[in-house]
Amino acid sequence: MDTVWGALALSLKVAGLATLLAALSGVATGFVLARGRFPGRDVLDTLLTLPMVLPPTVLGYYLLVLLGRQGALGGWLQAQWGVNLIFSWQGAVIAAAVVAFPLVFKPARAAFEAVDCQLEQAAQVLGISRLAVFFRITLPLAWRGILAGILLAFARALGEFGATLMVAGSIPGKTQTLSIAVYEAVQAGQDDVANLLVGVISAVCITVLLAAGYLAPGRVAQR
Amino acid sequence: MLDIAIQKTLRTGKRSFQLNVQLQSASQHTVLFGQSGAGKSLTLKAIAGLMTPDSGHIRLGGRLLFSQPGGVNLAPQARQLGYLFQDYALFPHLTVRQNVAFGLARGWLNPRTSAQYDEVEHWLHSFGLAAMAQQLPGELSGGQRQRVALARALVAKPRALLLDEPFAALDPALRHDMRQTLLALLAQVQIPLLLITHDEQDVALFGQQVFELHDGQAHAANLATFTEATPRHD
Repeated sequence: MDTVWGALALSLKVAGLATLLAALSGVATGFVLARGRFPGRDVLDTLLTLPMVLPPTVLGYYLLVLLGRQGALGGWLQAQWGVNLIFSWQGAVIAAAVVAFPLVFKPARAAFEAVDCQLEQAAQVLGISRLAVFFRITLPLAWRGILAGILLAFARALGEFGATLMVAGSIPGKTQTLSIAVYEAVQAGQDDVANLLVGVISAVCITVLLAAGYLAPGRVAQR
Repeated sequence: MLDIAIQKTLRTGKRSFQLNVQLQSASQHTVLFGQSGAGKSLTLKAIAGLMTPDSGHIRLGGRLLFSQPGGVNLAPQARQLGYLFQDYALFPHLTVRQNVAFGLARGWLNPRTSAQYDEVEHWLHSFGLAAMAQQLPGELSGGQRQRVALARALVAKPRALLLDEPFAALDPALRHDMRQTLLALLAQVQIPLLLITHDEQDVALFGQQVFELHDGQAHAANLATFTEATPRHD
């Protein structure tokens, strides 16, 4: 029983932090691509959407190459800070954040594009700085679309399996999240544990989807 | 009062548009007249700092707002102008009172729905908006929305008012009312006005000096040729 609740706690911690990372970076890049005019914008959009369509194991392999001891980023982290992300729960957070990123980035870009530029201009003429206009006009008007994306990203991070397994492995109590624990339980023939794990994760995901549907744009008239 | 000489080339695909506007007006109320696509809104946006010309200068009320070459290009925030957009650009997520008070709260937070500023209450009352101060712009009529936009611009104590086709979106009866409201306001506050329109009646009512814009070029026009008598049943 302890493994179930331990795995749930770890899953919530990993998915929560991964969602936070994906939300911050997804909102920022979504805004830049919605408002910026620069060459290579479409190529960049495609690259940033890639984690949504690539097999998670391929993504996990890329992350291993990047974050491993021999990797460009992993080697630097090891030398500079003595940090090793492979087979750690922090590595699981990175993997889940990369997989969840497009689910925030895509709707955030669409939501920012739907905000009338003229409203931002009107606010600037009234003497408000660009940064303040973002927090007072742009973000509040785009918020519903972004929030729906964040909830979907959380659900996706919670269910992450392939990339997380590649990067963080399956160490009980350390990196074994709910979705990985289900696989291990079935492999070991522990049907009662598997049943409980499946029930818990299904309940959490249904709750998140209901919340996302409630917040999705169009349900409540915005203007 | 107003001294503009700006050049800008705009390209969309294979088509290009040349804006080359030169005009000087010593009058308090200046009207730019022209058909849509003549470059009126672009000129107004350049004055407000929302569009950067390729070269030229913009001087308004003795202040140099833009000069290239010369390296002067004040940010829209620093120009202290009141801009009335054609469709008003009211903030849909803020109440009427928050909209009007918007420019007074300088930080990262919008004014509270209960925020009380003397200037805000003054303009809400004088434009008959006090009863709907807690409503959202989406719940208002066209004329009310325009008065909110005007109040929002005036609260910031602008050095000049820029009006982009202020009556085009209103039906004829309301158009008459709003023209009277604006005329009464101009009699009350001394503020330089630049109005752009394609309606000859606006020119006759508001213009002390009028320029006609055609294909991106401005020419001084004779005010006497514009009559407010022409009834336009559109």
